[in-house]
Amino acid sequence: MAVKVIIPTPLRQYAEKKESMEVHAKTVAEALGAIISQYGDLRKHLYTDEGKLRSFVNIYVGDEDIRFLEKEKTPLKDNDVISIVPSIAGGSASACCAGHDLCCC
Amino acid sequence: MPLRLNKAYSDAIRAHGSRDYPSECCGMMLGKAEGDEKTVTEIVALRNLRHDPNRAQEILPLGDPGKETEKNRFLIDPLDQLRVEKDARKRGLDVLGYYHSHPDHPARPSNYDRDHAWPWYSYVIIAIERGTPKELTSWVLAEDRATFHPEVVVDSGS
Repeated sequence: MAVKVIIPTPLRQYAEKKESMEVHAKTVAEALGAIISQYGDLRKHLYTDEGKLRSFVNIYVGDEDIRFLEKEKTPLKDNDVISIVPSIAGGSASACCAGHDLCCC
Repeated sequence: MPLRLNKAYSDAIRAHGSRDYPSECCGMMLGKAEGDEKTVTEIVALRNLRHDPNRAQEILPLGDPGKETEKNRFLIDPLDQLRVEKDARKRGLDVLGYYHSHPDHPARPSNYDRDHAWPWYSYVIIAIERGTPKELTSWVLAEDRATFHPEVVVDSGS
Protein backbone atom coordinates (compact mmCIF):
# COMPACT_ATOMS: atom_id res chain seq x y z
CA MET A 1 0.00 0.00 0.00
CA ALA A 2 1.29 3.48 -0.82
CA VAL A 3 0.77 5.64 2.26
CA LYS A 4 1.91 9.05 3.45
CA VAL A 5 3.59 9.68 6.81
CA ILE A 6 3.45 13.25 8.13
CA ILE A 7 6.63 14.25 10.01
CA PRO A 8 6.08 16.76 12.86
CA THR A 9 8.33 19.87 12.92
CA PRO A 10 10.63 18.71 15.79
CA LEU A 11 11.55 15.53 13.89
CA ARG A 12 12.11 17.07 10.45
CA GLN A 13 15.71 17.92 11.33
CA TYR A 14 16.36 14.14 11.38
CA ALA A 15 14.64 13.59 8.00
CA GLU A 16 16.28 16.14 5.69
CA LYS A 17 13.58 18.67 6.68
CA LYS A 18 10.88 16.66 4.92
CA GLU A 19 7.30 17.45 5.93
CA SER A 20 6.06 14.04 4.81
CA MET A 21 7.24 10.81 3.23
CA GLU A 22 5.55 8.37 0.87
CA VAL A 23 6.24 4.75 1.79
CA HIS A 24 4.86 1.30 1.00
CA ALA A 25 3.51 -0.50 4.05
CA LYS A 26 0.71 -2.87 5.07
CA THR A 27 0.66 -1.86 8.75
CA VAL A 28 1.56 1.14 10.92
CA ALA A 29 4.63 -0.72 12.21
CA GLU A 30 5.84 -1.26 8.64
CA ALA A 31 5.27 2.39 7.75
CA LEU A 32 7.27 3.60 10.76
CA GLY A 33 9.94 0.97 9.99
CA ALA A 34 10.15 2.28 6.43
CA ILE A 35 10.80 5.89 7.46
CA ILE A 36 13.33 4.76 10.09
CA SER A 37 15.17 2.63 7.52
CA GLN A 38 15.69 5.84 5.49
CA TYR A 39 16.41 8.10 8.47
CA GLY A 40 17.87 6.10 11.34
CA ASP A 41 18.03 9.09 13.70
CA LEU A 42 14.23 9.04 13.93
CA ARG A 43 14.30 5.72 15.81
CA LYS A 44 15.34 7.04 19.21
CA HIS A 45 12.59 9.67 19.11
CA LEU A 46 9.85 7.17 18.24
CA TYR A 47 10.93 3.99 20.05
CA THR A 48 12.43 3.13 23.43
CA ASP A 49 15.66 1.14 23.68
CA GLU A 50 13.43 -1.91 24.22
CA GLY A 51 11.76 -1.31 20.86
CA LYS A 52 8.42 -0.10 22.23
CA LEU A 53 6.66 2.93 20.79
CA ARG A 54 7.32 5.84 23.18
CA SER A 55 4.39 6.86 25.36
CA PHE A 56 4.91 10.52 24.32
CA VAL A 57 4.27 9.60 20.69
CA ASN A 58 0.71 9.48 19.33
CA ILE A 59 0.11 7.86 15.97
CA TYR A 60 -3.04 8.57 13.98
CA VAL A 61 -4.28 6.89 10.81
CA GLY A 62 -6.54 9.53 9.33
CA ASP A 63 -8.38 10.84 12.41
CA GLU A 64 -8.13 7.59 14.38
CA ASP A 65 -5.72 7.08 17.28
CA ILE A 66 -4.05 3.67 16.79
CA ARG A 67 -4.34 3.08 20.59
CA PHE A 68 -8.04 2.48 19.95
CA LEU A 69 -7.48 0.45 16.75
CA GLU A 70 -4.96 -2.38 16.58
CA LYS A 71 -2.02 -0.29 17.79
CA GLU A 72 1.04 -0.77 15.58
CA LYS A 73 -0.59 -3.76 13.89
CA THR A 74 -3.31 -1.45 12.53
CA PRO A 75 -3.69 -2.35 8.83
CA LEU A 76 -3.31 0.35 6.19
CA LYS A 77 -5.13 1.04 2.93
CA ASP A 78 -3.79 2.74 -0.16
CA ASN A 79 -3.50 6.53 0.31
CA ASP A 80 -3.87 6.38 4.11
CA VAL A 81 -2.29 9.33 5.91
CA ILE A 82 -0.34 8.50 9.08
CA SER A 83 0.35 11.39 11.44
CA ILE A 84 3.03 11.34 14.13
CA VAL A 85 1.63 13.65 16.84
CA PRO A 86 4.05 14.48 19.69
CA SER A 87 2.41 14.51 23.13
CA ILE A 88 2.51 18.04 24.48
CA ALA A 89 2.45 18.06 28.27
CA GLY A 90 4.01 19.92 31.15
CA GLY A 91 3.29 21.62 34.40
CA SER A 92 4.47 24.01 37.01
CA ALA A 93 5.73 21.68 39.71
CA SER A 94 7.53 18.37 39.85
CA ALA A 95 5.58 15.43 41.21
CA CYS A 96 7.53 15.65 44.48
CA CYS A 97 5.95 18.98 45.36
CA ALA A 98 2.72 18.85 43.41
CA GLY A 99 -0.10 19.58 45.80
CA HIS A 100 2.12 21.27 48.39
CA ASP A 101 1.92 24.99 49.01
CA LEU A 102 5.66 25.48 48.85
CA CYS A 103 7.48 24.17 45.82
CA CYS A 104 10.87 22.65 46.42
CA CYS A 105 11.85 22.16 42.75
CA MET B 1 16.98 31.05 17.31
CA PRO B 2 14.94 34.08 18.45
CA LEU B 3 11.19 33.79 18.67
CA ARG B 4 9.42 36.70 17.03
CA LEU B 5 6.17 37.18 18.91
CA ASN B 6 4.00 40.18 18.18
CA LYS B 7 2.78 41.97 21.34
CA ALA B 8 -0.83 41.21 20.39
CA TYR B 9 0.01 37.48 20.65
CA SER B 10 1.96 37.73 23.89
CA ASP B 11 -0.93 39.77 25.33
CA ALA B 12 -3.36 37.06 24.22
CA ILE B 13 -1.21 34.42 25.95
CA ARG B 14 -1.17 36.52 29.15
CA ALA B 15 -4.94 36.97 28.97
CA HIS B 16 -5.48 33.24 28.46
CA GLY B 17 -3.31 32.49 31.51
CA SER B 18 -5.33 34.92 33.63
CA ARG B 19 -8.65 33.62 32.37
CA ASP B 20 -7.86 30.00 33.19
CA TYR B 21 -6.24 30.74 36.57
CA PRO B 22 -5.91 28.82 38.92
CA SER B 23 -5.72 26.10 36.26
CA GLU B 24 -2.95 25.87 33.72
CA CYS B 25 -3.78 27.11 30.24
CA CYS B 26 -2.19 25.88 27.03
CA GLY B 27 -2.09 26.65 23.34
CA MET B 28 -0.21 26.33 20.09
CA MET B 29 1.95 28.83 18.18
CA LEU B 30 1.85 28.71 14.38
CA GLY B 31 3.97 30.55 11.86
CA LYS B 32 7.11 30.35 9.77
CA ALA B 33 10.60 29.13 10.57
CA GLU B 34 13.12 30.68 8.21
CA GLY B 35 16.86 30.62 8.62
CA ASP B 36 17.50 30.92 12.34
CA GLU B 37 14.25 32.69 13.20
CA LYS B 38 10.77 31.60 14.11
CA THR B 39 8.00 34.12 13.49
CA VAL B 40 4.64 33.52 15.13
CA THR B 41 1.72 34.55 12.92
CA GLU B 42 -1.09 32.90 14.83
CA ILE B 43 -1.79 31.50 18.27
CA VAL B 44 -4.49 28.94 19.01
CA ALA B 45 -5.84 28.57 22.56
CA LEU B 46 -6.44 24.89 23.32
CA ARG B 47 -8.22 22.99 26.07
CA ASN B 48 -6.15 21.56 28.93
CA LEU B 49 -7.12 17.89 28.74
CA ARG B 50 -6.25 17.44 32.45
CA HIS B 51 -9.77 18.86 33.06
CA ASP B 52 -10.94 15.48 31.74
CA PRO B 53 -8.84 13.14 33.90
CA ASN B 54 -10.17 9.88 32.46
CA ARG B 55 -9.38 10.74 28.85
CA ALA B 56 -6.08 12.38 29.85
CA GLN B 57 -4.97 9.23 31.69
CA GLU B 58 -5.59 7.20 28.50
CA ILE B 59 -3.36 9.53 26.49
CA LEU B 60 -0.54 10.17 28.97
CA PRO B 61 -0.88 8.59 32.43
CA LEU B 62 0.20 10.58 35.52
CA GLY B 63 2.16 9.08 38.37
CA ASP B 64 -0.14 10.49 41.04
CA PRO B 65 -3.48 11.71 39.65
CA GLY B 66 -4.53 12.68 43.20
CA LYS B 67 -1.88 15.40 43.45
CA GLU B 68 -1.34 16.12 39.78
CA THR B 69 -4.33 17.99 38.38
CA GLU B 70 -5.19 20.70 35.87
CA LYS B 71 -3.80 23.19 38.41
CA ASN B 72 -0.22 21.96 38.05
CA ARG B 73 -0.30 19.88 34.85
CA PHE B 74 -1.40 20.38 31.28
CA LEU B 75 -1.86 18.03 28.39
CA ILE B 76 -3.04 18.91 24.91
CA ASP B 77 -5.51 16.56 23.27
CA PRO B 78 -3.59 15.03 20.32
CA LEU B 79 -6.80 15.12 18.31
CA ASP B 80 -6.95 18.91 18.78
CA GLN B 81 -3.30 19.10 17.66
CA LEU B 82 -4.02 16.98 14.61
CA ARG B 83 -6.99 19.18 13.65
CA VAL B 84 -5.08 22.48 14.06
CA GLU B 85 -1.92 21.13 12.37
CA LYS B 86 -3.87 19.87 9.38
CA ASP B 87 -5.54 23.24 8.94
CA ALA B 88 -2.21 25.06 9.41
CA ARG B 89 -0.49 22.89 6.81
CA LYS B 90 -3.12 23.80 4.23
CA ARG B 91 -2.25 27.46 4.83
CA GLY B 92 1.51 26.86 4.63
CA LEU B 93 2.08 27.39 8.37
CA ASP B 94 4.18 25.25 10.70
CA VAL B 95 3.77 24.45 14.39
CA LEU B 96 6.55 26.50 16.00
CA GLY B 97 5.84 25.56 19.60
CA TYR B 98 3.43 25.70 22.50
CA TYR B 99 2.64 27.94 25.46
CA HIS B 100 1.35 27.17 28.93
CA SER B 101 0.90 28.96 32.22
CA HIS B 102 2.47 28.39 35.63
CA PRO B 103 -0.17 29.49 38.17
CA ASP B 104 1.61 30.90 41.25
CA HIS B 105 4.94 29.55 40.03
CA PRO B 106 7.81 31.28 38.22
CA ALA B 107 8.11 31.25 34.42
CA ARG B 108 10.84 28.62 34.60
CA PRO B 109 10.49 25.12 33.15
CA SER B 110 10.00 22.37 35.73
CA ASN B 111 11.63 18.96 35.56
CA TYR B 112 8.25 17.67 34.41
CA ASP B 113 8.28 20.22 31.56
CA ARG B 114 11.74 19.04 30.54
CA ASP B 115 10.86 15.34 30.73
CA HIS B 116 7.98 15.92 28.32
CA ALA B 117 9.61 18.37 25.92
CA TRP B 118 10.50 17.81 22.28
CA PRO B 119 13.50 19.24 20.47
CA TRP B 120 13.19 22.34 18.28
CA TYR B 121 9.79 23.54 19.57
CA SER B 122 9.62 26.85 21.44
CA TYR B 123 8.02 26.43 24.86
CA VAL B 124 6.58 29.72 26.11
CA ILE B 125 5.74 29.93 29.81
CA ILE B 126 3.63 32.67 31.36
CA ALA B 127 3.77 33.05 35.15
CA ILE B 128 0.40 33.92 36.67
CA GLU B 129 0.48 35.29 40.22
CA ARG B 130 -2.89 35.29 41.98
CA GLY B 131 -4.61 35.69 38.61
CA THR B 132 -2.30 38.43 37.27
CA PRO B 133 0.09 37.70 34.39
CA LYS B 134 3.75 38.34 35.20
CA GLU B 135 6.90 37.23 33.39
CA LEU B 136 6.76 35.57 29.97
CA THR B 137 9.73 33.42 28.90
CA SER B 138 10.53 31.01 26.08
CA TRP B 139 12.68 27.88 26.13
CA VAL B 140 14.10 25.30 23.74
CA LEU B 141 15.18 21.83 24.83
CA ALA B 142 18.92 21.17 24.63
CA GLU B 143 20.01 18.47 22.18
CA ASP B 144 21.04 16.14 25.06
CA ARG B 145 17.65 16.73 26.82
CA ALA B 146 19.54 17.62 30.02
CA THR B 147 18.26 21.18 30.18
CA PHE B 148 16.34 23.95 28.45
CA HIS B 149 18.07 26.89 26.76
CA PRO B 150 16.36 30.26 27.22
CA GLU B 151 15.17 31.71 23.93
CA VAL B 152 15.09 35.43 23.16
CA VAL B 153 11.54 36.69 22.59
CA VAL B 154 11.40 39.61 20.17
CA ASP B 155 8.31 41.76 19.73
CA SER B 156 7.93 41.60 15.97
CA GLY B 157 5.73 44.69 15.87
CA SER B 158 2.30 44.87 14.29
